[in-house]
Amino acid sequence: MAAKGDWLVGELERRGVTRREFAAFCSTVAGILMLPRSAGAELAQAMATGRKPTLVWLEFQDCAGNTESFLRAARPSAADILLDTLSVDYHETIMAAAGHQAEAVLQDTVSGQSGQYLVVVEGSIPTGANGAYCTIGGRSALDIVREVCGSAQATIAVGTCAAFGGIPAAAPNPTGALSVADAVPGIRNLINLPACPANAANLAALVVYFVTYGRWPPLDGLRRPLFAYGKTIHDNCERRAHYDAGQYVELWGDEGHRKGYCLYKVGCKGPVCFQNCPEVGWNEGTNWPVGCGHPCLGCAEPDFWDKMTPFYAHLDGFPGFNRQTHIDKVGAWGTLGVAAAFGAHALIQIARRRGTGDAQDDSAETGETS
Amino acid sequence: MTHIVVDPVTRIEGHLRIEAEVENGSVQNAWSSATMFRGIELILRGRDPRDAWAFAQRICGVCTTVHAIASIRAVEDAIGAEPPPNARLLRQIIMATQMIQDHVVHFYHLHALDWVDIVSALSADPAATARLAQSISDWPLSSAVYFRGVQERVQTFVDRGQLGPFGNAYWGHPSYRLPPEANLLAVAHYLEALDWQREVVKIHAILGGKNPHLQNFLVGGMASPVDPNEQASINVGSIAQMKSLAADALEFVTKVYMPDLMAIASFYTDWAAIGGGVGNYMSYGEYPEGEAPNAPMFLPSGIIRNRDLANVLPLDPGLITESVTHSWYEDRDGAPLHPFQGETNPSYTGPAPPYDRLDTEGKYSWLKSPRYDGAPMEVGPLARMLVAYGRGHPRVQELVGSVLSQLGVGPEVLFSTLGRVAARGIETQLLAERLDGWIDELAENMGRGDLRIADNSKWDPSSWPREATGAGMHEAPRGSLGHWVHIRDGSIANYQCIVPSTWNAGPRDGQGQPGPYEAALLGTPVADLEQPIEILRTVHSFDPCIACGVHVLDGRGNLRAKVKVL
Ligand code: SF4
Ligand code: SF4
Repeated sequence: MAAKGDWLVGELERRGVTRREFAAFCSTVAGILMLPRSAGAELAQAMATGRKPTLVWLEFQDCAGNTESFLRAARPSAADILLDTLSVDYHETIMAAAGHQAEAVLQDTVSGQSGQYLVVVEGSIPTGANGAYCTIGGRSALDIVREVCGSAQATIAVGTCAAFGGIPAAAPNPTGALSVADAVPGIRNLINLPACPANAANLAALVVYFVTYGRWPPLDGLRRPLFAYGKTIHDNCERRAHYDAGQYVELWGDEGHRKGYCLYKVGCKGPVCFQNCPEVGWNEGTNWPVGCGHPCLGCAEPDFWDKMTPFYAHLDGFPGFNRQTHIDKVGAWGTLGVAAAFGAHALIQIARRRGTGDAQDDSAETGETS
Repeated sequence: MTHIVVDPVTRIEGHLRIEAEVENGSVQNAWSSATMFRGIELILRGRDPRDAWAFAQRICGVCTTVHAIASIRAVEDAIGAEPPPNARLLRQIIMATQMIQDHVVHFYHLHALDWVDIVSALSADPAATARLAQSISDWPLSSAVYFRGVQERVQTFVDRGQLGPFGNAYWGHPSYRLPPEANLLAVAHYLEALDWQREVVKIHAILGGKNPHLQNFLVGGMASPVDPNEQASINVGSIAQMKSLAADALEFVTKVYMPDLMAIASFYTDWAAIGGGVGNYMSYGEYPEGEAPNAPMFLPSGIIRNRDLANVLPLDPGLITESVTHSWYEDRDGAPLHPFQGETNPSYTGPAPPYDRLDTEGKYSWLKSPRYDGAPMEVGPLARMLVAYGRGHPRVQELVGSVLSQLGVGPEVLFSTLGRVAARGIETQLLAERLDGWIDELAENMGRGDLRIADNSKWDPSSWPREATGAGMHEAPRGSLGHWVHIRDGSIANYQCIVPSTWNAGPRDGQGQPGPYEAALLGTPVADLEQPIEILRTVHSFDPCIACGVHVLDGRGNLRAKVKVL
């Protein structure tokens, strides 16, 4: 790592962010990462002295939702810190250059900094019609992603589309859309940050971790960082006491809904969705989906557009829901079939989770970068 | 004649390519092509109509509320659900917040760099910037010390040799016309707006749990419970928080965005004669001020033909047709069809990637060419403001009048690239002023003890007709958006969207009439073929959102549109 110097701290001071606030930011990040508080100092040290790593952000079959989420990165000035901590050399939605000047930037990075840059991929990669379903500068997405990720130090598949195929890959997958892992076989140092979109707080924490340690944090079997996807929504939900007490929302706007009862019966997928929404919240902790009164959609899980739908059908036979509470068969429409598919999915998830220790070992191996 | 290609067009949502022929320094011919699609309408078939909003919402993460709104309206129309007043007001607040945030982000983060030279800001005298800032606004962040700090930050950035997102752009291009002190002002506000947009969308997070992709939409109402006294509901505390965020938004728009827009525009008045386009404008109307189906709209609907502001015609959705002559779809007999009789049989006939040029004589885009009564229509802030102006909306007339008199020009300049930029600002001001009132109305309504948020009588599919069709119209930040749904036996038989960027960015039709982007580019000057910044100015003035435009696809080529307009 070249270009040592206190530039970042200097930068921050110039714009009125004190060392103390910066240290506080770093311990917030450490908190999200579930690291010991002392790690905050280590993060601060690494961020203040490191060279700005180059980041290339590719968008394919996406909605720019993760880009927008990234722009909401939290205070103290995480967007500032990230924009200045990283050198975001290519990002179509925000970059000033266009056309062949933009393509030239990408080419320079790939050939000039081979093996040294980070890639974020947003959106899935279509394989149908010989790649004509998504072209940039006349080149197919498949061609671009293979080249750019192939020479990268590491890749973050951000959002469920890039991580697992997401909505374009939902049945009947009209364009033959693939996740990054499937589009670039043998890709090195891939990490998945699913959710629709991914939470800026998790992306910020992940990038800071990488800048600090030069490798990814421990991952689960789906290559998701355990700090953000280690527990279910249901594990930490503020409505959990109501679930345990058998107090459910029955109708939109009923007394239970107004009092914050559990959303299980109106379709909540929190019990089978692994993510840290209840702990970190969204938009600087302003709120989160279950907090606003709507069931969790399960958006961080593979194939959620197929496996978690119909969204308002409640989970059935979920292991752990073994209280004697009577759950009506609300909305009989297709619930049973879906629930059957779902039950299997949930069990697989749980089995995977049991293998957490293995996943960690696995990541210690594959998460390293050279 | 030189053929030039801009691909990727950056600082937009989605994947857009522009090809143009330039001769004697101006564009003689232009083609707009969308180069990505996903097929979301097909994915929707067979699913529960109550889930559709979440799928449709993912058409776009920038205008993250608009497809959800159009979708729930379409399904409600089909099944006869009637959202109660709280739901209408919650939607009003969400839609207006989206419009305000989106327009400001477009101005500073997507469009400004076409007018503002960041490198030139380095040579500005911060004291001159402070004088300029104080002469146009009483926004408090306006001292020389403050602007020096911004300048040093940019200098540090440049000195480190890693220009990041600002690398390899058209800096120093002769058509950048702002003096250094104005460039520095704009750069400072680019950074402030980045912070501001994070704050204003907290209104969305309070109501919808998160932004992007808020999660409180619901067929028949909204899923956010309201109760002034409950901690788990939208309560007096949430109202107070939203009012304070709305007040901050209005202050930023009034004291930063509008003054900046006027200051920058005053250096580019020649752009009031460039980029006119098709001269026809359409608005579906938005922000119903009551529950009745014919309740007045805060922004009226209407059609303007050939720039005739004196005759705003009533809108008739039955006159919408689509042509695929130049789109990558099968074209049976070449006749334009009403979208509900139309067929969407994709058939890519373009060059195999990697390619250098599209076949602009033949088919060259994934977008279709929608037309109203046979004519191309521009949609978006300019169309809405022109319709409202022509219909005599008093506040719109006042704001338009004040902008025109400050620039010393007449209403004819509105039909231009600069007109689009100005209209977006005027609309933002208008909605930022109105937003607080809708929050108050919500507070008053729940204060009266009306805690209903949804029409639960139509929640269960057994209450629906066996077969039903519905339309959901919405004015999104980028213009007129329509979703049409056909429900059979409780699930989606067909789903269609016609979105703003299809109207604006679509290719030529069967008659050879260019779409609004293509028409607007004609005559656009291009000083340097290697750096066609002028093309970006006009295209960006429409605020392209291409992922929205391209979604009509059936990979198996068998989607038959059967939805009837209601
Ligand atoms: S995962 Fe969701 S937010 Fe991200 S690109 Fe896909 S649809 Fe958009
Ligand atoms: S089912 Fe959903 S709402 Fe209920 S406790 Fe679990 S996560 Fe929370």
